[in-house]
Amino acid sequence: MSTFMLSALPFYPLVSFILLITLGKRLSWQQASFLSVGAMALSAISSGVLVYQLSQSNMHVFTAQLWSWFSLKSNTGTTDVNFTFYLDALSSVMICVVTGIGFLIHLFAAVYMKSDENFSRFMAYMNLFIVAMLILVLADNLVLLYLGWEGVGLCSFLLIGFWYQEKGNVLAARKAFIVTRIGDTAMAIGLFMLFKSLGQLNIVAVSEAAQASWQVGNNDAYWIALLLLGGAVGKSAQLPLQTWLPDAMAGPTPVSALIHAATMVTAGVYLIARMHGVFLLAPEVMQYVAWVGASTLLLAGVAALVQTDIKRVLAYSTMSQIGYMMLALGAGAWSAGVFHLMTHAFFKALLFLTAGAVILALHHQQNLFRMGGLLKRLPVESTLFIIGLICLMALPGTSGFFSKEAIIAELWSSSTAGPSLWWCAIIGALLTSIYSCRLFFLAFLGKERFETQLHIEKSKLLRMSLIILAALSLLGGLISLNLQEVFAVVSTKVVNMNEPSWLHTVAILTPFIGIAFSWFFFSRYRLGENNEIVAKQNSIYKFLRNGLGFDTLYQWLLIRPYCFIAKLNQRDIIDQVIMLNAWYVRLWHDTLSMTQNGSLRWYAAAFGLAIVCLVGVVTL
Amino acid sequence: MTHIPLEHVLFLSCILFSIGFIGVISRKNTLFMLMSLEVMLNAVGVAFIGAGSAWQQADGQVMFILILTLAAAEVAVGLALFIRMQRRYHSLDIDQLNEMRG
Repeated sequence: MSTFMLSALPFYPLVSFILLITLGKRLSWQQASFLSVGAMALSAISSGVLVYQLSQSNMHVFTAQLWSWFSLKSNTGTTDVNFTFYLDALSSVMICVVTGIGFLIHLFAAVYMKSDENFSRFMAYMNLFIVAMLILVLADNLVLLYLGWEGVGLCSFLLIGFWYQEKGNVLAARKAFIVTRIGDTAMAIGLFMLFKSLGQLNIVAVSEAAQASWQVGNNDAYWIALLLLGGAVGKSAQLPLQTWLPDAMAGPTPVSALIHAATMVTAGVYLIARMHGVFLLAPEVMQYVAWVGASTLLLAGVAALVQTDIKRVLAYSTMSQIGYMMLALGAGAWSAGVFHLMTHAFFKALLFLTAGAVILALHHQQNLFRMGGLLKRLPVESTLFIIGLICLMALPGTSGFFSKEAIIAELWSSSTAGPSLWWCAIIGALLTSIYSCRLFFLAFLGKERFETQLHIEKSKLLRMSLIILAALSLLGGLISLNLQEVFAVVSTKVVNMNEPSWLHTVAILTPFIGIAFSWFFFSRYRLGENNEIVAKQNSIYKFLRNGLGFDTLYQWLLIRPYCFIAKLNQRDIIDQVIMLNAWYVRLWHDTLSMTQNGSLRWYAAAFGLAIVCLVGVVTL
Repeated sequence: MTHIPLEHVLFLSCILFSIGFIGVISRKNTLFMLMSLEVMLNAVGVAFIGAGSAWQQADGQVMFILILTLAAAEVAVGLALFIRMQRRYHSLDIDQLNEMRG
C-alpha cells in the first residue's frame, strides 16, 4: 500500500499538468484551479500519510521501483539505473515541504493569478515544477536525481519568463537558466567521475562504496565533492553563481515563493545533505561549503540592506538564509541545516505570499519607497508579514529561532567551521534583523506614500493559505526531525574544544541588537515625518543595490569577451574550411553556366570552333 | 568541255561554306541566318557534285537532290517558326531568344 502511494506521489501533479497543458484555455478558472490545486492537495495528503506510515513502521526506508530505465557497464560489473523512489527521513522532510508548502502556494496562486489570461498554463508549469522537485527528492540514484534537477531548472525558466511579453522577464529567465546550467555542468562531470571511480550510481551504494574504498582526504573524493558543490552552488544561488536569483523575481509572486524561496533553491542543500557520505571524505570541500555559505550570507545580507524593491529584499534574504544552510552543512551540522531548510520554507513562503498580497493591494507597486503606513490599511497582511519577519530574524520562540540557533550552536566547535565562521553567522543574523526592520518600517510604518486606492482582496482561500503558513512558521520549531539514521556516521566535532559560556547569550541577543539599532538608525523611515522618502543615490548605494557589482564583474570578465570572440568568429572558421568544397563546386558551376548564355549565335560559333579544333587535332 | 580539277571545286565549296558559317554567326536577323544556312548547304552540294563528276559516279548528284529536298523542308519549317516568332516577339532578332540561358 505504501509502495503504491510512494510511486503514485509525483503522478497526481503530472496528470494535472498534462490535462492543463492539453486543454489549456478551454478550462474555466474553476476547473483549472480545481484540477491543479486538487492534485496538489492529493499529493500533500498522501505524503503526509506516507511520512506517518514511515514513522510507524519498523523499516527506516520505503522504496518503490516503477520500472527499469537502463543499465550501465562499469569496470566492476553492470549497474542498473532504475526509476526507483526512495523515501527515508531526509526525503520525507523534503516531500512534506514540497507538497505541503507547494499546496498552500498553489492555493494562493489560484486566487492571485485569477485574472491572468494564461491561468491554466501557469498552473500547469507550477504542477510540472512539483513533479520535477518530487523526482529530485525521491530519486534513489543520481541519474534520476539529475533528471529532476534539470526539470526544476526548466520549470524555473518557464515560470520566471511567464510574462514573456516583457523583454526584462525573458532576459531574467534566460539568465537563471544559463547560470544554473554552469553549475549543472559541473555536477554532471562530478557524476561521471563518481561513476568512473566507484562504478555505482545508487545513492546508498555510492555512500557505502565511498566509505569502503576511500580514505578521508582522497583525491577522487575531493574533486567529486567539489564538482557536486558546483552544482549545488548554481541551484542554490550561492557565491559565485548567485546573480540569477534577484533577477528571477521577474516572475509572478507565487513563483518567487515556490521556486526561489521554498523549494528549488533548497535543491542544492538537499544534494549536499544527500551526498554527505562523499563530502565527509573531503573535509577541505566541507570547509569550502562553509565558506561559500558564510560569504553568501554576508554578501546577500549587505545587499538586502539597500534594495528598493520589496521582492528583491526577500530574494537577497533567501540567498542569505540558504547561506546559513550551506554553512551548517559545511560544518557537518546536517540535521540543523535540513531543519533550517524546512523552517525557512515555511516563513519565506509566508513572506513572499504576503508580499504578493501587499503588491496586489497596491496594484503591482513593488517599490518600498512608494508604500508606507500599510499597518493601518492592511492589518491582517501586516500581522502575517510581522510573523514572517520575526521568524526570519529568529526571535526566541519562533521556528527560525530553533533552526538558526541549532546551526549557530554547532559552528564554534566544528572541525570544518570554527569561531571565525561563527562570527560570520552572528554578523549575518545582525544584518538579517536590520534589513528586516528596514523593510518593515518602510512598507508598514510611517506615512502613506502612494496615491492609488487600495485593492482589497477578500478571498477566503488567499487568507486561509497565509494563515496556515503563519501557524507553521510560528510553531514549526516544535516539529522534531528524526534524522539520526540518515546522518548516523556524522561527527565533525572537535572533542577538546572549550566553548565560551557567552556563545548562546550572544546568539540569542543578536537580533535584538539589530532591532534596537534599526529603531534609531531608520527612525526616519519609521516615523515618516515627511512624505517624500527617497532611496539614496550615491555610488556606494548603487554598488550595493546591484548585489556588490557581481553582474558588472561578470559582464566585463565573461560576457563581453565571449560576445567579442563570438563576433570575431561570426563566420565560423572551421565552417569556412568546409565551405571551400562548396566554393570549388560553385566556381565550376558559375564558369559553366556562363557558357550557357542562351544566345544561339554563340553556340553556333562554339560549335564551329570545336569542329575546327577537332579536325585540326585529327589531321595534325 | 574543259576539265575542272577537283581541288578547285573543293576550294570553292570551302569558301562558300565559310561564308555561310560566318553569315550564321554574325547575322542577327533570323531570316538572313536561314539564308546563310542555305549557302552552307549549297557549299556541301557543290562538293558532292564536284566529287561525283571527278569519279564519274551518279551518287554525288543523288546526294545533291537529297540535300536540296532537305533544304526545302528545312526552309518550310524555319519560315513557319519565324512567323510564330514574329507573332510572339514582334521581331526576328535571334539575340532576343536567349531565355534558356543558364
